[in-house]
Amino acid sequence: MSVEVRIPTILRTFTGGEKAVHGDGATLQEVLDDIDARNPGLKDRIVESEALRRFVNVYVNDEDVRFAGGLNAPTSDGDVVVVLPAVAGG
Amino acid sequence: MYSAPSVTAVLKIAREHVAAMIAHAREDHPDEACGVIVGPEGSDLPTRLIRMTNAERSPTFFRFEPQEQFRLYKDMSTTGEEIVVVYHSHTATEAYPSRTDISLASEPQAHYVIVSTAESGASEGPVSLRSFRIVDSAVTEEEIDVTE
Repeated sequence: MSVEVRIPTILRTFTGGEKAVHGDGATLQEVLDDIDARNPGLKDRIVESEALRRFVNVYVNDEDVRFAGGLNAPTSDGDVVVVLPAVAGG
Repeated sequence: MYSAPSVTAVLKIAREHVAAMIAHAREDHPDEACGVIVGPEGSDLPTRLIRMTNAERSPTFFRFEPQEQFRLYKDMSTTGEEIVVVYHSHTATEAYPSRTDISLASEPQAHYVIVSTAESGASEGPVSLRSFRIVDSAVTEEEIDVTE
């Protein structure tokens, strides 16, 4: 068991086209570090200066992590993390 | 980087969807309106239009309300759909991607439709609607093939 991280189309260049990757960790931060080790560069597109990027939404089990501890949001085996770039513009 | 599907540069879209995007843009003028038309994954056919709330409620910026966007994501995971068209309006400028549009474009498979209400505002009257691909910050305008 591990944490499943769903990858949006625009970031699948970092995962060899895979729609989801798996990682281990007790927090979102640890899971992102773990998947970044096998998919270098992925974390940089989600995290900036030790915080979530402004135009990236991340959910752990359907909960927006901005309201659940951010990168310190707890994760455990079987959890599903969804990464969704904000649809935005001017 | 992501390579766009090698289809001809054309958006095939139903007349009712074109009318619905224009109606939405007029209703929300002078704020920017935004939404999507989704379709079966890989089909490149827009079939279902969903208005999204512009969380910014701004005449110069839009952002899908995050919870609505997440619900849309969950729905599409169930139905096997994906975003085929991302649309939004420009209320004071032409129907061409702004620098912000280009830097934040994050749906490389989508057609980006922009409706400009700059000329007629909320009223009936001339309106401009154009479609683009935005991939790796490169903007390519495409033809629009309106179907009945």
